Amino acid sequence: MSYRITGNTGEWEIVVGLEVHAQVISNAKLFSGASASYGGEPNTHVSLIDAGFPGMLPVLNRECVAQAVRTGLGLNAQINLFSRFDRKNYFYADLPTGYQISQFAHPIVGEGKVLVDLADGSTREIGVTRLHLEQDAGKSVHDQDPTRSFIDLNRAGVALMEIVSEPDIRSPEEAGAYLRKLRQILRYIGTCDGNMEEGSMRADVNVSVRKPGEEGYRTRCEIKNVNSIRYVMQSIEVEAQRQIEIWEAGGEVDQETRLFDHVRSETRSLRSKEDAHDYRYFPDPDLLPLVIEQSWVDELKAALPELPEAKRERLEQDYGVSRYEASVLTAEQAVADFYETVAKGADARLATNWMLGDFFAALNRTGRSIEDSPVSAEGLRELLALISDSTINGKIAKEVLEDMVETGESASAIVERKGLRQVTDTGAIETSIREILAANADKVAEYKSGKDKLFGFFVGQTMKAMKGKGNPALVNEMLKKLLSE
Amino acid sequence: MSLDAKTVTRIARLARIGLEPGEVDALGKEMGSIIDWVEQLNEVDVTDVPPMIGTGLAKPRLREDRVTDGNRRDDVLSNAPDREGPFYTVPKVVE
Repeated sequence: MSYRITGNTGEWEIVVGLEVHAQVISNAKLFSGASASYGGEPNTHVSLIDAGFPGMLPVLNRECVAQAVRTGLGLNAQINLFSRFDRKNYFYADLPTGYQISQFAHPIVGEGKVLVDLADGSTREIGVTRLHLEQDAGKSVHDQDPTRSFIDLNRAGVALMEIVSEPDIRSPEEAGAYLRKLRQILRYIGTCDGNMEEGSMRADVNVSVRKPGEEGYRTRCEIKNVNSIRYVMQSIEVEAQRQIEIWEAGGEVDQETRLFDHVRSETRSLRSKEDAHDYRYFPDPDLLPLVIEQSWVDELKAALPELPEAKRERLEQDYGVSRYEASVLTAEQAVADFYETVAKGADARLATNWMLGDFFAALNRTGRSIEDSPVSAEGLRELLALISDSTINGKIAKEVLEDMVETGESASAIVERKGLRQVTDTGAIETSIREILAANADKVAEYKSGKDKLFGFFVGQTMKAMKGKGNPALVNEMLKKLLSE
Repeated sequence: MSLDAKTVTRIARLARIGLEPGEVDALGKEMGSIIDWVEQLNEVDVTDVPPMIGTGLAKPRLREDRVTDGNRRDDVLSNAPDREGPFYTVPKVVE
């Protein structure tokens, strides 16, 4: 179903394109040997190149180029063997050179696409226009002094990938799904950690509105630097609403840069950027054009890990899980790895149910992530093996898992220590059942006169008497037999 | 040709150069003559000549991804006119 906003003059459609800035995972910066790691004392991860000293020459970091190529491959995009760096000129206190080295006319990655899954089960293809490499700027600190801003250049010169989408997005939900998918791909490939809180992934959101069926696009506004998926979705909604009100009042939307204020849930004009679109790009004379070999691209491609979609399809085939289950299991690579360790050589259905059910619940309850899970994949597999070979039943297994989470002991050790082995001795089961039936003669009579539902009651009583350790199938079988006597 | 006053003022603002009103006309003429001079290049017929993007002699040298620099704050801040502890400072930037 298409997303529509209803105004006074009828329905409106929204048109959104996203520019995502993703910080490249690398040791050193894009053009200098200073550390690219987050944090650090102010102005310590800075070389004279980053600080814009005269006469310092940039030298391109090979790994950053490789990361951009890998990402391009992950986006099914064209890799440009020829690309070039340009200077994007603007003045800002945290940009010491007065220009950002970026790629304007010749980006390293061209058109690609991202498939996003929506809540209603449908899939949409969002086009990627391009991906280019550029430098990050430094950080301004405004709250330390009444009259001055403080500048920290630790981030200046860190490599960013700017990933530009086509204006293919038609709802806040699609924008959120696109960002999540992009982040998942970046994390799988290991080119960006996707951490929006620390600013290693942030988005500029281009929004316009039009009447359904209208040709072409109306004027758009760009909302700068939105730093969470939720805010991206909210900002699209409020900005679209604002534009609709302008059009419906007979006005014109001005093309401008705006800021999203999540506290007041509104966007505001950023007048300081009014000259921002006159960047006077020109090729950086300090850098030769970047020419890479197809053989190197092929090498990088061969070394790529399995990507989320391929992994999801493989899990569906190899383990017989549903599409939904597969997408939950592949949301993070670590989860998928964990699952496969558990499911390999085990009962895959059992493994899936336990992963998605009790195991995830245990993670949630303890506030742990898959990386520091209190139970290892091998540990969970051992527990499931005990169910499969009828050593314990499913109900007891839940208890054992809780014990594993608490004590860190292995499943078999817990089963032995607590004597939880399932009772498969039919004699013992029969004895228990006969005691229950004798103690509940009235209910037996009711059952025999047609109250079938009481069967569950007898099962419950028997299991209780056996402290949960009865083999459920045998208990059922024996009960049926004895009740029909 | 001479650049008009509006264009001169805009270029000055982009370059963060303050102009006295009296300077605008003269600068317009000067900049116009620079453009005229460069325009001579248009007299050369470059049909079928691919744009030159470098000397063709060298591929860029690429750097290995190792941290080889940094931790030199005093050098980095040596030219800062108004250093405050570990920071550069600038007149407050208000958004």
